[in-house]
Amino acid sequence: MMQENKKEIESMQDPILEIRNLRVLFPVHKKWLPAVDGVDLTIQPGEITGIVGESGSGKSVMSQSVLRLRDHDTAVRYEGEILFEKENLLKWSLKQMRNIRGNRISVIFQDPLNSLSPVHTVESQLMEVLILHKKISKEEAKKKSVQMLKMIGIPNPENCMKKYPFELSGGMQQRVMIAIALACEPKLLIADEPTTALDVTIQEQILYLIQDLNKKLGMSILFITHDLGAVSNLCHSVKVMYLGQIVEDAKTEELFTHPLHPYTKGLLACIPHLAVERRKELPTIPGSVPSLSHIPEGCHFCTRCHEADERCRKMPPPVVEATPGHTVKCWKYAEGGKKNEVGV
Amino acid sequence: MSHLIEINGLKKTFPVYGKTGKIFSQKEYMCAVDNLSFYIEEGETYGLVGESGCGKSTTGRAIVGLTKADGGSILYKGKDLCKLNDKQFRPLRKEIQMVFQNALSALNPRRRIGDILGEILEIHGMKDADERREQVIETLKKVGLSEEHYFRFPHELSGGQVQRLGIASALIIGPRLIVCDEPVSALDVSIQAQILNMLIELQKELRISMLFISHDIGVIRFISDRIGVMYLGTLTEEASTETLFANPLHPYTKMLFDAVPDPYITNREFHALTGEQPVRTQAFQGCAFYNRCPYASDRCKIETPEFKEVESGHKVACHMVS
Repeated sequence: MMQENKKEIESMQDPILEIRNLRVLFPVHKKWLPAVDGVDLTIQPGEITGIVGESGSGKSVMSQSVLRLRDHDTAVRYEGEILFEKENLLKWSLKQMRNIRGNRISVIFQDPLNSLSPVHTVESQLMEVLILHKKISKEEAKKKSVQMLKMIGIPNPENCMKKYPFELSGGMQQRVMIAIALACEPKLLIADEPTTALDVTIQEQILYLIQDLNKKLGMSILFITHDLGAVSNLCHSVKVMYLGQIVEDAKTEELFTHPLHPYTKGLLACIPHLAVERRKELPTIPGSVPSLSHIPEGCHFCTRCHEADERCRKMPPPVVEATPGHTVKCWKYAEGGKKNEVGV
Repeated sequence: MSHLIEINGLKKTFPVYGKTGKIFSQKEYMCAVDNLSFYIEEGETYGLVGESGCGKSTTGRAIVGLTKADGGSILYKGKDLCKLNDKQFRPLRKEIQMVFQNALSALNPRRRIGDILGEILEIHGMKDADERREQVIETLKKVGLSEEHYFRFPHELSGGQVQRLGIASALIIGPRLIVCDEPVSALDVSIQAQILNMLIELQKELRISMLFISHDIGVIRFISDRIGVMYLGTLTEEASTETLFANPLHPYTKMLFDAVPDPYITNREFHALTGEQPVRTQAFQGCAFYNRCPYASDRCKIETPEFKEVESGHKVACHMVS
């Protein structure tokens, strides 16, 4: 079934979201530093796109810029284009943005308790979105809310409506968040580490729900996580981010069977998954993600890459299409590089 | 090998306020840990795994003496830690140490790293300042930090370095047992691997025992010699790591293992609904896993299954396994 789904996606033409050469800069000590540095990304209707990377790689900032969530609290500068259904969101006024948030593009965050209002019931929070965006009456909104909670798999939805978020368990809170996000049937759902704070069994339930809703409602999902396991099970295609740049981009199976970028390889190798030999030294990526003010001159990953040479430190690497649909930002695969290693 | 520490029938309850929600109504108690028994051998790593709320952290805190247990005993070198008062416990703190999940909040933000670590030595009777300094620097090097960190503040370090510092503060007085409460859960995978490697290396070198608490099955499997699977305050299954992963018997263990996302299996179908962990009250009876178990029968509802050995070293609490 997944296979059919994939083919369908490939045949469709008009992307729902297109990000072109996006840079997001924040002022630090009178300098503008790029948290996101030239990201290109397209999401087709119905596609689940995964973004993986360590903390500090800019994946959250990138997804927040789609809804311009940073505009209110910090000085921020955008360069490039974010095209949602062919309209550039970066040119929109904040008032226009307000119409799209939670309506056509929704977002769910890692910590549901911090995203839900502690002083309003589930009912009023769910109904608010519907009344605001869909301009429907209270009664209708209430009916729709119960329906939403039912769809999301909450037992006894009428009872849940009357509760405050703190009365619910973590898994239930995340479900309510998803219900609110999906209430207006958005075209695009941004899920920013939705399962990181949850237990594996609850994570399984939430991932099932996301997968199921994607099939039922056909909305596109931008799924952001640092958990490679969750990505491989859920997403159609995966982008690996490091220090504000996408370093590798491929279909899920392709990425996990033939990882090309040294960073992707390193990330995959250092997971203590169930087939790794016990208590034997795990491969690591030396050092840690440098801060924005210490981004290296050439390839961003060169300080931690064991294959880096002089050229990597001097010049930023090009984006190379190693095999059809599989791009990698690395000198190793570029013209005149160690070409014979491509596809190994 | 002898048992370094032995936990027998440990119990810890917390008050919850009556269902009416009134603060002054009759108190009720929920059992965070109930009738928990296991032991850790000298030089061994014992892994406790389970979902949040199953009582694994409470167990760890009871062993270190951060919470007073309500029942049962914790035998360490023939002494029952539950019966000691604070003063009697103090010399034992030197031998049982803890590493926390969020190391940054466990360290004093206003003091320099050298002072934080030095204070631990001072409290435990090292009066000579030069000697202290030497030992601090030695410990910093042991955990992969360097002398230059001596005058830094904790907030100046990265997440991985802070966790290294947390481990340093546990190791500096030479403990026999360290309780690691989710030491790598807040870290990125690449940093997590560094810390895990270091813990294993240090354990070999210093021959310390470890109680490793985690909800991450991959991590627990990687580091532990024996594993206890906890659910709702009790152990549901216990075995050596090899046995447990080759032959999980309890339905909960199986469910837990099934839910681990494996990066090398793409497009796996997720399972629909498996329910959530309920709250354990004192009047609890039957199998703790009853409401989520696919094989539950009437017997499971009434009768609490015994935690018994099915093969050498492999214990299960389930009516279905016998």
